[in-house]
Amino acid sequence: MNRELTCIACPVGCPLVIELDENNKVVSVTGNQCKRGINYAETECTSPTRSLTTTAKVEGGIYPLVPMKSANPVPKGKMLECMKVINAVVMKAPVKIGDIVVKDILGTGVDIVATNICPEA
Amino acid sequence: MLNYDLVVVGGGPAGMAAALKARECGVKSIVVLERAETLGGILEQCIHTGFGLHYFKEELSGPEYAAKFIELLEETDIEVKTDTMVVEITKENVVKAVNNIDGFVNYKAKAIVLAMGCRERPRGALNIAGSRAAGIMTAGTAQKYVNLDGYMPGKKIVILGSGDIGLIMARRMVLEGAEVKMVCELMPYSSGLTRNILQCLDDFGIPLKLNCTVIDIHGKNRVEGVTIAKVDRNRRPIKGTEEYVECDTLMLSVGLIPENELSRAMGVDLDPITGGPVVKENRETTQKGVFACGNVLHVHDLVDFVTLESQTAGEGAAKYILGLEEEENTVATKGIDGVRYVVPQMINTNCGSDVKLYFRVGQVYNNAKVFVESNEKVILSRRKPKLTPGEMEDVVIKKEVLETLPVGSELVIRVEV
Repeated sequence: MNRELTCIACPVGCPLVIELDENNKVVSVTGNQCKRGINYAETECTSPTRSLTTTAKVEGGIYPLVPMKSANPVPKGKMLECMKVINAVVMKAPVKIGDIVVKDILGTGVDIVATNICPEA
Repeated sequence: MLNYDLVVVGGGPAGMAAALKARECGVKSIVVLERAETLGGILEQCIHTGFGLHYFKEELSGPEYAAKFIELLEETDIEVKTDTMVVEITKENVVKAVNNIDGFVNYKAKAIVLAMGCRERPRGALNIAGSRAAGIMTAGTAQKYVNLDGYMPGKKIVILGSGDIGLIMARRMVLEGAEVKMVCELMPYSSGLTRNILQCLDDFGIPLKLNCTVIDIHGKNRVEGVTIAKVDRNRRPIKGTEEYVECDTLMLSVGLIPENELSRAMGVDLDPITGGPVVKENRETTQKGVFACGNVLHVHDLVDFVTLESQTAGEGAAKYILGLEEEENTVATKGIDGVRYVVPQMINTNCGSDVKLYFRVGQVYNNAKVFVESNEKVILSRRKPKLTPGEMEDVVIKKEVLETLPVGSELVIRVEV
């Protein structure tokens, strides 16, 4: 069975044709211009993941919020659940880039980290 | 009057890269003037990832990408004035700026880099009927409310226009608990990146309605709904296809316009298609010693390309300041047969390096061929499986080829299917 996907690993958006066997295992990938296309095809066909970016509240900072991202992609189906966890967090200023906001979110092994500074007010 | 070698107007990715490159090339006194309270420009509110894949070879969020340049700037003695608004630039290269600490200041510059970025097309540019209810805003404004200020602009959203900011905001609003009813796009294709349609709309089951627009906005104090309709080939609404959609917010993502009020007032020639200055390969405008780069020059898809272009402008400004400019031997560039514009619009064939020409097409082409011609002679051709207006293309003209082009001739880029 063949599955057609557009790679989302980077803005180029290569059109991928993925050959799957009867157990949905990837046999071959064509159309990709780099290695990331193969990785994307494999995870997308087995357990799709996405990068999650959002904000969290900060107390005592010069800004009310600090932006953050998942240090690695999280399972696609768990994004909204992750949002609930992050929205309950209140950080204390100062915040630095890379500060861990939530460790191992929902047991996925992925940390949520700050992506900007928030100095103390 | 304060004297500087280089004054950079705008402290976003373009201004920062230009200032850093000029310093690297040996320019001594540089000041960056920024309207907002921090450096970074629009990147500060672009908290999603996807930045830096080309330039840094890693996927960064907007603030992280900006922070890398802010840190580099802080390591230099390049002066930065934030909260500072440039109100006028004169033909004598005097930059007039105002802030609440220094007051009104005249900066006399040997060279100027224009890096003011762009702004979003507002509702007024669209002529949509309806009231002036609250809840109508550009996607970028909504992005600022949600990502910087911490306010939700609404609960039930309709987005008009499928530019990247609109797509990114569709996902952002869903993640924050809003319902995004649909994204309407006037054209038969989206102007956004495919990866954004997949990750921001398809992942959340948000319909993308092509050939569709908003023809009426309902509600008196607050938006209560919009009327959408399909459009024909001439983008006119088709009678009988109207549909009422209940919503409390209408977000607009309908294009970006380079912000050239200062450039226009100082008399720099503007390209009617890009909306930005006409420039040479070193990004010098028609005014000697005045350079332009980034979204003020033409709207880019990726900040990585803004950085590269701004380094070209920074180097150009440095050569001008240090008196290292090459002798002029200019050819013009032009897009025809489907190529809407080409940047730079002029090339000095003596510039001593390869020149990358950026261009955009006016419609979607499959299996097309791009030709670059001089005097009807093909200089190079490239096969392109797909060309879309949403994705900027480029071709590189080799230094050796440039040197053979007759002075005053025209370099033409065209598409053939």
